[in-house]
Amino acid sequence: MPRTLINVPARAKRGEVIEIKTLISHDMETGFRADNAGKTVPRDIISLFVASYNGVEIFRAELHPAIAANPFLSFTTVATESGRIDFTWTGDNGFAANETAQITVE
Amino acid sequence: MSKLRRVRTCISLPTDSRIFTVRVLAALISALSLLPVRAATAGEIPAGERKSGYEFMSVETRTMQDDDAVNPGMLWVLEGKALWSRTVGEANKSCASCHTGASTTMKGVAARYPAFDKRLGRPIDLEQRINLCRTEQQKATPLPFEGREMLALAAFIGQQSRGMPIAVTDDERSKSFIEAGRTIFERRQGQLNLSCAQCHDDNWRGKLAGAPITQGHATGYPLYRLEWQAIGSLQRRLRNCLVGMRAEPYAIGAPEYVNLELFLMWRARGMPVETPAVRP
Repeated sequence: MPRTLINVPARAKRGEVIEIKTLISHDMETGFRADNAGKTVPRDIISLFVASYNGVEIFRAELHPAIAANPFLSFTTVATESGRIDFTWTGDNGFAANETAQITVE
Repeated sequence: MSKLRRVRTCISLPTDSRIFTVRVLAALISALSLLPVRAATAGEIPAGERKSGYEFMSVETRTMQDDDAVNPGMLWVLEGKALWSRTVGEANKSCASCHTGASTTMKGVAARYPAFDKRLGRPIDLEQRINLCRTEQQKATPLPFEGREMLALAAFIGQQSRGMPIAVTDDERSKSFIEAGRTIFERRQGQLNLSCAQCHDDNWRGKLAGAPITQGHATGYPLYRLEWQAIGSLQRRLRNCLVGMRAEPYAIGAPEYVNLELFLMWRARGMPVETPAVRP
């Protein structure tokens, strides 16, 4: 199970620009490295990250082998209404992780 | 000031001329002839000048350490928190079964390690303490050093002491082990013929290949190293340094490492614990 760290402000004023920070544990194996026996270690990376705010996609990132392990992604959005923000990471070997955060907009 | 007497070889001349015998002189001449001409060593860093590796880092890396939402070491802390209350072994006990809430029972523990173990008659580090608990209390298999679970537990326990001053015991029992650690710290070794002290006591104001040398205080272990892209223990870091000196590293868990860890923590006494720290 990957570990995730999500930082979404619990409360925000309507129309306010909020910063969202996400961190997930993943080796992000590039596919270009060799192991001790000289055999190439197969690629194993997160390739896609999507964030949606009450079902509407607000941020999407495609990740490639040059991204370091435990990718940290931070982005901003406008607080429009109370509700939930969903985060999904998908990648090689069927990797899938989900996380949800609640936000109250006043 | 420390009660421990600093034992520096090679450079310091005896002040009392009566003991300045021919034999000592001969030994000194032979010792000095092997050394490049060098000013007296800077010696131990006074308490007021001690700096954590944190102070040598860029603003970006500091920010990464300071913000728990950004610090990747927190991923291991989170995992350690889950492991803390997971029952394992024949005894079907978790850490929490005996120690209950880590935030109170583990507060200040990491700041005291490595600590003297009465039964073994020598100091053990936090990782070895975790494994003793596992084998004796939980009746479980010991965790491999540098394994994910061991690092996670050590990071979680370490984090409970964050901000507390490092305070290893330097009583009669531990003294000889601190001195043994100091001996390794000050001994030239490896193909480059370097000692730890030559960089971290004498030249910490300088740079090595563009990177700051730092004073080498072990304040934030286990820590997330950007170069490793993972959290690692102090022993891993020491291994790194030894390999860099072209010296043969000790086996993981070797008493030499623990003595060195103990000396380093004693050397950093009073400095706040930063676990999980971030380093470049």
